[in-house]
Amino acid sequence: MGIIRTKDLVYEYVRRDEEGNVEGFTTAVDKVDLDVQPGEFIAILGHNGSGKSTLAKHINAILNPTEGSVWVDGMDTSEEEHIWDIRQRAGMVFQNPDNQIIGQVVEEDVGFGPENMGVTTKEIWERVEESLKAVGMYEYRRHSPNKLSGGQKQRVSIAGVLAMHPKCIVLDEPTAMLDPKGRREVIRAVRALNEVEGITVVLITHYMEETIHADRVFVMDSGKIAMEGTPRQIFSQVERLQELRLDVPQVTLLAHELRRKGVGLPEGILTVEELADALAGSR
Amino acid sequence: MSIILDHVNYIYGEDGPLAVKALDDVCLQIPDGQFVGIIGHTGSGKSTLVQHMNGLLKATGGHIYFNGEDIYDRDFPMKKLRSRVGLVFQYPEHQLFEVDVFSDVCFGPKNLGMDKKEAELKAFDALRKVGMPMELYYQSPFELSGGQKRRAAIAGVLAMAPEILILDEPTAGLDPKGREEILRQIKELQVQTGMTILLVSHSMEDVAEYVDRIVVMNKGRVMYDGAPKEVFAHYRELEEVGLAAPQVTYILHALKDRGFDVDVNATTTGEAVETVLHALGRIPEAFRP
Ligand SMILES: Nc1ncnc2c1ncn2[C@@H]1O[C@H](COP(=O)(O)OP(=O)(O)OP(=O)(O)O)[C@@H](O)[C@H]1O
Ligand SMILES: Nc1ncnc2c1ncn2[C@@H]1O[C@H](COP(=O)(O)OP(=O)(O)OP(=O)(O)O)[C@@H](O)[C@H]1O
Ligand SMILES: [Mg+2]
Ligand SMILES: [Mg+2]
Repeated sequence: MGIIRTKDLVYEYVRRDEEGNVEGFTTAVDKVDLDVQPGEFIAILGHNGSGKSTLAKHINAILNPTEGSVWVDGMDTSEEEHIWDIRQRAGMVFQNPDNQIIGQVVEEDVGFGPENMGVTTKEIWERVEESLKAVGMYEYRRHSPNKLSGGQKQRVSIAGVLAMHPKCIVLDEPTAMLDPKGRREVIRAVRALNEVEGITVVLITHYMEETIHADRVFVMDSGKIAMEGTPRQIFSQVERLQELRLDVPQVTLLAHELRRKGVGLPEGILTVEELADALAGSR
Repeated sequence: MSIILDHVNYIYGEDGPLAVKALDDVCLQIPDGQFVGIIGHTGSGKSTLVQHMNGLLKATGGHIYFNGEDIYDRDFPMKKLRSRVGLVFQYPEHQLFEVDVFSDVCFGPKNLGMDKKEAELKAFDALRKVGMPMELYYQSPFELSGGQKRRAAIAGVLAMAPEILILDEPTAGLDPKGREEILRQIKELQVQTGMTILLVSHSMEDVAEYVDRIVVMNKGRVMYDGAPKEVFAHYRELEEVGLAAPQVTYILHALKDRGFDVDVNATTTGEAVETVLHALGRIPEAFRP
């Protein structure tokens, strides 16, 4: 069984008026089956309101299924006694780095999670060091988080999750507020965790180019999984993605437009190198 | 409405031990009806800068003029300024507070003294412009997805029909289609109503596509100020300050390195298609620029 598995997962938000009377329901996740293998890098795309964050919040038991089940590392997330184990195994990183940082000094912030878990002081320091090194922020350990750039803050939040020794990290639009350099740094750090440490990654994003190195891409639409495949399979379907309010990386779009104008190029080009090589070959 | 910033400085916590100089001698002239993009690394002072333009922050040094009037003059109508300069905040949560989305969007125009009917018409129009699904109009703004909140916040400001529209990273968190729809709407407002627009963005592709002029901020100072092509020609220097060129610029450089005769100054997908076709000899000689 995969490290993250959902079966017939349905989640309904109940909307209430000021008096607390039920006004209606929103089915945010609608019969989703997901099976993520340990060490996989998964990306989730989808239009605004398609259910990505709602799905993600099930992975660390912030939300419980209305119907169906979710298992993390074999544990059913709806069973109260597993909740801390699950949160330790599956860490979450959100969009806004400012809301996630609590410590006055970087290393203190990163040590906060393991300290709460009752890890011994000696081990806390070891974990802080290894986590900060993994995201390339060790030299900033004595800095005040407020004085860091957005990309640096976000890498500190990731280190904070890593220090809990999770098997899996869920990142919900971690680069939305970052400048291009910060975006690159965060994605590079996430890829390294996946490739070097073997940590399972679930990345939610609206930046298509951030997903080209994922093992599998899922596309959500109105609470359902509408597409699933490798980045190349997914981004070969430009028109279908546009119907789902998405896009393709700019290099893929350029290749697609050139193809429509009669240039002999394959679909699903994902990198600048691939396009340049293919064009050089077609000359 | 034109804006002039004359040697503006801003220091957070000026008298305290943790003073931060967020704006350092900023001079800018923004003529009526221009669409200006503001880019810069995180913490470069973009949000601080735009909050000066509706009087939310007061410069610790220098002057700001609207249509030639000094906004720090004692008899300058600051309240009126806020109604003429609409600011969409970087974090939409900072400006949503009513019980439902529709009331939230009505709040601004009502506050400007419009009657209920008129305010509601403006609100409907704005919500339609930002592509808010109808079934969410009477839902609490706090029960929306990230991108839906963003749309509600933009609609609230559009409904006030400001003369200057300032958007602080309005497309962060929007899906790609939403990003395009909203930027197109804003461009159309500029063209049709002559609204002055300031767009703070981390998307180099978006600013390349839509704005007339780019201001680059670096550590509180203006580093470059010019047409998109001029600014992106400095892409190596931009990389050094946390920025980048649009992706197509890199593609074109890679092609040039492989011996294609492409114009590396193209900054949009449309322009890149043209120059690549040209380099491949696909466009008849007669049509070449
Ligand atoms: N607290 C809530 N109460 C009621 N409905 C909600 C709540 N949060 C989200 N929803 C609704 O559930 C649906 C899915 O929302 P979700 O936040 O999962 O979308 P998303 O895919 O993450 O979108 P985005 O890209 O905008 O972040 C939306 O229609 C949204 O309006
Ligand atoms: N309320 C505040 N108190 C103290 N310092 C602040 C405050 N707000 C911002 N700063 C500091 O002022 C500088 C400029 O911040 P500002 O928010 O204007 O940057 P920005 O360019 O908008 O960044 P981002 O792209 O991350 O939104 C930064 O060094 C920031 O840490
Ligand atoms: Mg979301
Ligand atoms: Mg800002």
